[in-house]
Amino acid sequence: MSRIDVRKTYKLYIGGQFPRSESGRSYVVNDAKGRLLANAAQASRKDARDAVVAARSAFPGWSGKTAYNRAQVVYRVAEVLEGRREQFEAELRAAEGISPARARTYVDAAIDRLVWYAGWADKITQVVGNANPVAGPFFNLSTPEPSGVIAVIAPRGPLLGLVSVVAPLIVTGNTVVVVASEDNPLTAITLGEVMATSDLPGGVVNVLTGSQAEIAPWLASHMDVNGIDLTGVDDAALAVDLEVAAADNLKRVRRPAPDTDWLVQPDLDRMTRFLETKTVWHPIGV
Amino acid sequence: MSFEYAPAPESRAVVDIKPSYGLFINGEFTDGTGTAFKTINPATEEVLAEVAEASDADVDEAVKAARRAYTRVWSRMSGAERAKYLYRIARIIQERGRELAVLESIDNGKPIKESRDVDVPIVAAHFFYYAGWADKLEYSGYGSTPLGVAGQVIPWNFPLLMLAWKIAPALACGNTVVLKPAETTPLTALLFAEICQQADLPPGVVNIVTGAGDTGRAIVSHPDVDKVAFTGSTEVGKAIARTVAGTDKKVTLELGGKAANIVFDDAPVDQAVEGIVNGIFFNQGHVCCAGSRLLVQESIADDLLERLKRRMSTLRMGDPLDKNTDVGAINSGEQLMRIRELSEVGDAEGAERWEVACDLPTKGFWFPPTIFTGVSQAHRIAREEIFGPVLSVLTFRTPSEAIEKANNTPFGLSAGVWTDKGSRILSMANRLRAGVVWANTFNKFDPTSPFGGYKESGYGREGGRHGLEAYLKGADA
Repeated sequence: MSRIDVRKTYKLYIGGQFPRSESGRSYVVNDAKGRLLANAAQASRKDARDAVVAARSAFPGWSGKTAYNRAQVVYRVAEVLEGRREQFEAELRAAEGISPARARTYVDAAIDRLVWYAGWADKITQVVGNANPVAGPFFNLSTPEPSGVIAVIAPRGPLLGLVSVVAPLIVTGNTVVVVASEDNPLTAITLGEVMATSDLPGGVVNVLTGSQAEIAPWLASHMDVNGIDLTGVDDAALAVDLEVAAADNLKRVRRPAPDTDWLVQPDLDRMTRFLETKTVWHPIGV
Repeated sequence: MSFEYAPAPESRAVVDIKPSYGLFINGEFTDGTGTAFKTINPATEEVLAEVAEASDADVDEAVKAARRAYTRVWSRMSGAERAKYLYRIARIIQERGRELAVLESIDNGKPIKESRDVDVPIVAAHFFYYAGWADKLEYSGYGSTPLGVAGQVIPWNFPLLMLAWKIAPALACGNTVVLKPAETTPLTALLFAEICQQADLPPGVVNIVTGAGDTGRAIVSHPDVDKVAFTGSTEVGKAIARTVAGTDKKVTLELGGKAANIVFDDAPVDQAVEGIVNGIFFNQGHVCCAGSRLLVQESIADDLLERLKRRMSTLRMGDPLDKNTDVGAINSGEQLMRIRELSEVGDAEGAERWEVACDLPTKGFWFPPTIFTGVSQAHRIAREEIFGPVLSVLTFRTPSEAIEKANNTPFGLSAGVWTDKGSRILSMANRLRAGVVWANTFNKFDPTSPFGGYKESGYGREGGRHGLEAYLKGADA
């Protein structure tokens, strides 16, 4: 008799833990051929709020770490992902019905992207900061700081797309609440397992699975969220509603780009969109 | 011994206020099709001029003129040539500096010594600074591709300075503009339009449309405007963010504030008192980054407040054109009502009011420099922007408590720290969630220094290299 598989229960990733949805709901996730892959947790409004609380609690510690330390942690995520390449390749093939070569391309690119962003942690300040030669006896310096808690509506690319939107936010010191791709949520939770074992403090990245149309509006209108990245929103009407809701506390907004080719090398924009510039004036005197 | 000053009024002869003004569209003054309105001198309530109101159709004409100038002239011109126009404008502003300062004080109510020594020199410096960027944009980090037509709406507190913050970087980057000055302070913007004519700036590169909220809405929502830049209230800023949702418009918002000015027990106390006074009574407190919440360490609070009151008693309030005046007129009757209303809320909520004893002029809009003590975090006067010469005083014991209180606000525009200890300045500056932090100084501005807020104080930066980002498409465009 062949061995019976031990199947994985896919739950949410909030505050470093893997809870079920408090709503007790789940939804069916199928593979590319329409066969059952697993039941994913269907996050509720309360799960979203819990995730924001976790992200807010993690923000002072994470943004207060040295840039060198954040770089090492994000690099560590890449290291752990490298060790689990085969698992992710298998998950991508199952979820998207892509060839082994294609799956390998995406996993490689995701690891390389993490490494690329990791290196930015202690360089972005030098590239986007400034000493300003004001006309007076003052030492004046502008430096970037993370905006705070950022909600991310992740795009369809279940691994590379997700890594490409999350890495630039956390490497600069933001903490995030991610709504995973509704159709392909499972890889996001498996990536959560990688993060949970990579020295990334709990709450820096929180992953919700479920209905984008249900969860995203709660995050867009949440008054303790500082920014929202709408990259993965492909419903134009929903995107407008979310941007309108985001205005309630003037969240920084990144508009949708669901069809981005994630294999293309990014520029700085995904980091700088959710950075603030702080300018400090110090008198010069004796 | 009394120590009185004789009046020292600046002459009004240098300005020539016309009885009526039109809109400045495509390089010419034209009649508006809206309902003309009057602008008054807030110090005397004297009617200064009648000003055209731009209707939706007028705004559309202005946007069309800006688009034509963008595609046919301005976006095709080399950066080096654009720079020369901006340098010309900077020079004419310097040449006509006194005229601009006097007109600003008449229309706005601010003391001549501020319009003459702060506003106008920084306006000229701003044009001079951004002129030099026009042919160096490839070094900016934001590329060198302009956005197109910028719609800009500015407030009444620094009419000409806000115009400079908007127009100088926009033009340097190769954009053309449609700008609306505030309805209570349109005159220096209209004089600036004449300066554009004197500089032979190509028609349509700068268009000035006057009016109130409806005119502003027409600009912001115009489909052919590529970029919206707004300075003003957080409420209107949020409305603009909603209006542009789902469009490709790029937006920068510079909104309200409730800055904490934090004084530690080791601060140079007389300097700190000057900084507190400058922080909240400069420009009658009509400053979005005003130090409107004084956080003073408990151990020195009594002494500091006594010195502060003594210093406030020497502030001279009155004729904005008098060269000795420190505090001028409130800009409008409407704003005066708001200051009075919030101050009365302060009384009702149990804070203790102290104001400078002085004779207020019988005409015009006046409010004496005022402080409230015994203020708690929950009081409305500690949370809401009063935008007037009213200081709320709170105390703290530890640096952490100061940070907690300073950051406990939806705003995040500016903050001040007063201490003799360098390491404490750096630690406080790191932990304050605000876009501008002044250490042992306050309310300093410079064209090279980025300005703008965190959280509900808006987004985007004006000034410095960072200020170019708002008017360029980005490095990979």
